Amino acid sequence: MSHSLIKLEYEILENDFSRAGEASSNMKKMLTHLGINSKIIRKAAIVTYEAEMNIVIHSKGGKIFVTVSPECIEIVAKDKGPGIKDLDLAMQEGYSTAPNDVRELGFGAGMGLPNMRKFCDDFEILSSEGNETCVNMKIYLK
Amino acid sequence: MNLKKVKESLNLEVIAGYNEEDKEVDGAYIGDLLSVVMSSANENNIWITIQTHLNIIAVATLVGTSCIIVAEGMEIDEETIKKANEINMPLFRSNLNSYRIACRLNDLGI
Repeated sequence: MSHSLIKLEYEILENDFSRAGEASSNMKKMLTHLGINSKIIRKAAIVTYEAEMNIVIHSKGGKIFVTVSPECIEIVAKDKGPGIKDLDLAMQEGYSTAPNDVRELGFGAGMGLPNMRKFCDDFEILSSEGNETCVNMKIYLK
Repeated sequence: MNLKKVKESLNLEVIAGYNEEDKEVDGAYIGDLLSVVMSSANENNIWITIQTHLNIIAVATLVGTSCIIVAEGMEIDEETIKKANEINMPLFRSNLNSYRIACRLNDLGI
C-alpha cells in the first residue's frame, strides 16, 4: 500500500544571491539519479528555480519542500512574508516589483510566477499583504 | 559538433570549466533575462549572454547548456569563475557582440 516517498527540504535565505540556484540544482541532480524523464525534470527545475529566486529577491527568507512520489513531484515554496499585495497583477507576465539593482543582474523580468504556473500541472498560490506566501506546485510523472 | 571546434573557430578565450573538448553542442541561445533563458533555452545549447554574475552558472546547469559565452568582453565575477570550475561548466569570453557571435556560429553550421 505505502509508496516510497522522497522528501527534500531547502532553506532559502533572503538576498543570498551567492547560493541562489543551489536548491534547484541539487533537486535536479536528485531527480536525474532517480531516472525521471528529462522533460519532467526540466519542468521541475524551472519552477523550483523561479520559486527559489522569488524567495531570495522578494521575501524575508523561506523554505522549499520537494516530495517525489510515484505519481508526481510536489514542490512547495513557503516564505516568511511580506506577502503579495495584488496577486492578479503579480501573475501577469512582465509585471515586476524587483529593484533596479536586481534587474541589472538579469532578474526581475516579471516571468517568475508566470513561469511557475506555465511549467507545472497544478498551481496554487496563497498570499496577501503582510502575510507569508505559499506556492504549491505539482508535476505529474505520468 | 563539439566544443573544441566552436572554441577554436571563434577564437574564444577560455575562462573556466573547460575540461571536456568533445562535449556535444546543439544550437545556440542568446539571452540576458534569466527567467526567459530558463524557459526558452534548450539542453546542449551554447548560451550567449552579457550577464556575468554567479547565478548564470546555476541557470546554465539547470538548463543543461553545453557552455556559456560571455559577449562583448565583459568582466566576469571571480565567484562565477570559481563556480564554473567547480562544476565543470565551460565558460568562454569573446570580444564580439552577441549577434556577431551568433553569425559566426551560423557560419559553422550551428
